[in-house]
Amino acid sequence: MNGVFMDNVLEVKDLTMNFGGIKALDRVCLEIRKNQIVALIGPNGAGKTTLFNCLTGVYTPSEGDIIVHTANGKSRRINGMKINSITKLGLARTFQNIRLFGGMTVLENVMIGRHCRTHSGITGAIFRPKSTRDEEKAIVNDSYRILEYIGLTAYVNELARNLPYGAQRRLEIARALACDPQILLLDEPAAGMNSQETRELEQLIIRLWEDRHLSILLIEHDMKLVMNLAQNIFVLDYGEEIARGTPAEITSNPVVIEAYLGVQNDAQVN
Amino acid sequence: MKFGEELKKSFFIALGLILLTFPIMVVQVNTIENVIVWRWRNLIFIGLGGFIFSFVWLLFQKKKSESSPQTPAGHSRLHRIIDEPRLYRPALSIIAFFALIFPFVFSHYQVNIMTTALIYVMLGLGLNIEVGLAGLLDLGYVAFYAVGAYSYALLNYHFGLGFWSALPVGAILAAFAGILVGFPVLRLRGDYLAIVTLAFAEIIRLVLENWNEFSFGPSGISNIPRPGFFGIKLTPEQSAIYMYFLLILMCIFTIFVIHRLQHSRIGRAWVALREDELACQAMGIDKTKAKLAAFALGATWAGMAGVLFAAKTTFINPASFTFLESAMILSIVVLGGMGSVVGVVIAALALILIPEYLRVFSNYRMLLFGAALIIMMVFRPQGILADRRKKYEFHKLESGEGN
Repeated sequence: MNGVFMDNVLEVKDLTMNFGGIKALDRVCLEIRKNQIVALIGPNGAGKTTLFNCLTGVYTPSEGDIIVHTANGKSRRINGMKINSITKLGLARTFQNIRLFGGMTVLENVMIGRHCRTHSGITGAIFRPKSTRDEEKAIVNDSYRILEYIGLTAYVNELARNLPYGAQRRLEIARALACDPQILLLDEPAAGMNSQETRELEQLIIRLWEDRHLSILLIEHDMKLVMNLAQNIFVLDYGEEIARGTPAEITSNPVVIEAYLGVQNDAQVN
Repeated sequence: MKFGEELKKSFFIALGLILLTFPIMVVQVNTIENVIVWRWRNLIFIGLGGFIFSFVWLLFQKKKSESSPQTPAGHSRLHRIIDEPRLYRPALSIIAFFALIFPFVFSHYQVNIMTTALIYVMLGLGLNIEVGLAGLLDLGYVAFYAVGAYSYALLNYHFGLGFWSALPVGAILAAFAGILVGFPVLRLRGDYLAIVTLAFAEIIRLVLENWNEFSFGPSGISNIPRPGFFGIKLTPEQSAIYMYFLLILMCIFTIFVIHRLQHSRIGRAWVALREDELACQAMGIDKTKAKLAAFALGATWAGMAGVLFAAKTTFINPASFTFLESAMILSIVVLGGMGSVVGVVIAALALILIPEYLRVFSNYRMLLFGAALIIMMVFRPQGILADRRKKYEFHKLESGEGN
């Protein structure tokens, strides 16, 4: 058995995404190891969310491979797979612009996340045999536990759309956790948060990483958060990878500074 | 002055109304004597009526926006009745008692109307799966209704199939039709879906109208047998009563099934699909399966309602399955409150019974009906009884399911 840190859970090889004539991603490579927090940064329009959408099956990449190494030791190429099948393989995501089920309660939002780990169908729903009742109870209880873990129990029966902004962001993470992911993809989780909320988010992500041994891929503009959390950082610009490395390497990388500030000078990216 | 703004607005609205209605309400050309009759009195009526009505309206709007910007859904008076067992239990028993004695107290005609209304309850609840829960705007629901009705009529005509064997067959055929429409429209949403389903319903209707060898064209199929009652020959009155109770049972069955579906894993998946399609898929829900299930199940009820309809009227032709019917069923769902079972039942009864009882107003019947619909939608846009989400109760750290 290899050491834990040698296991890649996700490998992206030469991923290219064309929209008409525009190359949104150009031969991007990326690896995430087990139980590693990886950050993906870059200026606006660099292709970060496009990469996310390729990983989660929203877009089918034009070229390249995305390979997931699942918990049971199998490797799957997920290019072109359906969104829900990818989720079932263990990739769960949050959205940059919050996409909760506004008309459903907080608990129900999390219960939807349990969908891909449960089975009962139409006949089960109508006849409600013991298996379905038990499953339903398990869904409710598991979902409640997740809300406890994230700290949203105060809002259990509240409609998701009535939640304060920070709580909505956390609910998105709770909902993604309910899918039992192996890899959690967070698309700008701190966007629009105040510094207090960002600190809480940071604590939460660290807890997820410690307790649940998740691999986390993070898109974020808040550099402080990225530098505090990430063990490895990939920098994209114009769809190409311009740098990769530890936080310390990235902060001193002249190419990154140029991409962020336009001109090369001694300013700190912080 | 306090109402200055409203008075001014109402004045202009009244003026506009006068100008608009001037040619039809004031000027009358008498073609026999070749003179123009100026009915100035109508002008005063319209002006005053328009002024008073719009003034009251504007005041109401103002009051509404001042009192509370947004009344939280799920706290209406009706909801309180439904939540309180002491109130709804007796109410339910009164309704059950009334439903039981209804055919023995009221006339044959009344029973027939009620039976029709109950068919619409079934249709409304079925469409509620598609539109209310899964958010698939289906303007061609009547196509599945037609499939059900014609499958009973044709199977009976050609093979002598009885009502009870035709009921499941009609349901299954309609479900297939649902899947058939579902497949090509999987990618479509909202308006586009509405147009395609509308077209599908028109195709079905036109086929039925023109394919004489198959469906006997516009002249339809007559002499469809009423459902048998253990081989006993029933008089038309008895048979109407039998039909009535049959539909009561079918409606109870429908409500039971839909209630269960609603509070199940698949029901939640439908609502999630309605709320956000992409997020729903990202949570691992198979969009294709969920949508097809919604189409198939929605169509199943329409198919059964179709069989019942054919058995009730004993005669069907394509004229019973026009777009107007689809629109009617959709109004039932929207008026009742998307996704709300009780709301849809109330709306179906109201929408079918009110026009019948408005017959005393003869010519103004549909006008009053339309006005009632508009007023209803203005004052309660969420429907008679908006759908509410189930609440769960948890005790301390140990969590258990509540109500």
